[in-house]
Amino acid sequence: MKIALFITCLTENFYPRAGVAVVKVLEHLGHEVVFPEGQTCCGQPMFNTGFQEEARALAARMIGVFAPHGTVVTPSGSCAAMVREQFPRLLADDAEMHARAEALAGRTYEFVEFLTKVLRTDLRSMGARWEGRATYHYSCHLRALGMTDEAVRLMSQVQGLETLALEKPDQCCGFGGTFAVNYPRISGEMVREKVECVRRTGAGTLVCNESGCAMNIEGACRRERCDVRVTSLAEIIAEGLGLLEPEGAV
Amino acid sequence: MSDPGAPAAEEGAMSGEEILSPPLPYRMGPRVERAVRDVRLRQFVENAAELKHRGRVNACRDAFGERYDAVRQLAGRIKQHTLDHLDHYLDRFTAAATAAGAVVHFALDGAEANRICLGLAQEQGCRLVVKSKSMVTEETRLLPALEGAGIETIETDLGEFIVQLDHDAPSHIVTPMIHKDRKAVARAFVRELGAEYTEDPRRLTIIAREHMRAKFRRAEMGISGANFLVAQTGSLVVCTNEGNADLAMGAPRVHVALVGIEKLVPRLEDLSVFLKLLARSATAQPLTVYTSIITGVRRAGEHDGPEELHIILVDNGRTELLREPTRELLRCIRCGACLNACPVYRKVGGGHAYGAVYSGPIGAVITPLMKGLENYADLPRASSLCGACFQACPVHIDIPSHLVRLRRELVSRRVEGLGKRVVMRAWAGGMRSGLMYRAGARVAKMVLRALGEGGAQGGMTDRRWITHSVGPLAGWTSERDLPTPARVSFREWWRRERGGRGGEGGVGRPRGGT
Repeated sequence: MKIALFITCLTENFYPRAGVAVVKVLEHLGHEVVFPEGQTCCGQPMFNTGFQEEARALAARMIGVFAPHGTVVTPSGSCAAMVREQFPRLLADDAEMHARAEALAGRTYEFVEFLTKVLRTDLRSMGARWEGRATYHYSCHLRALGMTDEAVRLMSQVQGLETLALEKPDQCCGFGGTFAVNYPRISGEMVREKVECVRRTGAGTLVCNESGCAMNIEGACRRERCDVRVTSLAEIIAEGLGLLEPEGAV
Repeated sequence: MSDPGAPAAEEGAMSGEEILSPPLPYRMGPRVERAVRDVRLRQFVENAAELKHRGRVNACRDAFGERYDAVRQLAGRIKQHTLDHLDHYLDRFTAAATAAGAVVHFALDGAEANRICLGLAQEQGCRLVVKSKSMVTEETRLLPALEGAGIETIETDLGEFIVQLDHDAPSHIVTPMIHKDRKAVARAFVRELGAEYTEDPRRLTIIAREHMRAKFRRAEMGISGANFLVAQTGSLVVCTNEGNADLAMGAPRVHVALVGIEKLVPRLEDLSVFLKLLARSATAQPLTVYTSIITGVRRAGEHDGPEELHIILVDNGRTELLREPTRELLRCIRCGACLNACPVYRKVGGGHAYGAVYSGPIGAVITPLMKGLENYADLPRASSLCGACFQACPVHIDIPSHLVRLRRELVSRRVEGLGKRVVMRAWAGGMRSGLMYRAGARVAKMVLRALGEGGAQGGMTDRRWITHSVGPLAGWTSERDLPTPARVSFREWWRRERGGRGGEGGVGRPRGGT
């Protein structure tokens, strides 16, 4: 299958290795990955802060960028939810654009969702092996995609990987885009609690598939001296299949 | 009595009136700051909310399993239908309740509701009123209105009673004293009731019960709210765990119920959905300990029940919400599940930080709508839009969408400052051009990496870290370190490794953009 990668602005710039891992895993599974270079941002920051017109323009732009492509896969559940939930609503009053928004929404998937629900990947049969103890952060916008424990189930298929349960798994880490900057006291309390929950698991690795959450949690882990490596499931799978050198390379 | 361990929230605390009616426009900042510093307060709220939240999740899973979503959507539809035909159901309710011997009053706002209630009390020559828990009476500030007129009024819900003794304000829709521990209760009982100091919950309950029983016997009037009104039969439905509402309705000669007009459901059988959802969502119980359906006055041969029953149907801004797109907000059954689920509610030490009667996610939406968006601009903004509230709501209200809609209004009404509008529009403008976006990313990488430190791993994972900053990112770095962009971006890697594939050659050119 030919897959267009929607990298998202945060992953592109802050967590590029997660994007590389997504590409390598999909290619390993026999798919062709293309990267539409015209892509920028899905407009979620504008949408969430109430800048509706700006968000509409970016939604329309992104629909255009991905129009020539079929299936779209993104490492971000949050941006996938933006495309699937909000694009059709934002463009509801323009019949043609609305139809195109619905079409894009219907073929856009978050990476783990794509592996589990579309490809029905079984990592066991692929011989994925990754030694270590990890815990998993459930990012909030997976709710909008109807996702629950898909990532944890994939993790359980990786040999050598011990998955440790995180307390209060459904509690937000406090990122929330501009919320983290505009309400730092509340956001700070939220992420400090998340760090303490991570610390209590005793895991050496936190699997976090959302770049926004990762920036927030990793930044707080550093501040709170919680020695944990933050990475994505795509990277673990890619390492586990020998597609990526363990950390530091590329 | 002095207790060196008294939490800061109690020492020099604000009165209930100050908490619920702050100077406007209200800013959350100071109360958030206070809560963040009060570790014990936050722990009470965090632990209690988490316990209830987890209990709700388990109770709903056990009862409804895979069908939970279908059940809450059904509940939402029943409420929505009732609201879509509210005039019809109000008429039906009024006719049925009147036929059963009740007197139905309509109050346009809180002041009118209080006036009707006070008038009834004065007509009866009433000196003592027993009251059960009701959010509407918090909204109308009924208790101060009655006490101001010299009528002693006792809150008989244990939590509300303690809040009343402390001249405090409820901090949660269902659990008014979620912000207090049993030491605070013990201190209040010593101070206000002359009781002996004890932290034993059983003995504390006995102290309260003995105090209240005497009041129930003497009271000339009982006041309550209602969880539901049944249009078909004209019935009030009241759910409690302490039985105090039943005493307030059964013992005094006259009963007055103040109820919001949105509490209607069409038929008795609709309760089978709502009672199951309400108790589980609120307190993780299959059913509240007392679930009473009261239809009309005491009939011949009955041993209890009021001889006179007044039902005051309160609007107080509700018909404004009835206008779209806010109608679905009136489905709310005040279960408090969204408060318990909300990480913000937990971290700000509970309801007081919201500066109004309704707190948590639902409060963050309806308070600005009822009391002015300009007055409560912080409420819709102080949310990470995590969606836990929507997931918890038993009547399927999409609270995050309403928060975003209010943010849109803040922008369109220019409550958002010029600076923010300029920054967001410039940012959005940059994102509309691939060239600008890529140039911006390069500049941001250069600047941020120059400010950062550490991160010597090399390659893509080489992120540096910023630990202090001023300006727009200060809020980030005051709480946690900020990663800089990686040395090599994904795009740069792609060009190097996959050069050209899916590249610029028209494939990625935007259609509608510039």
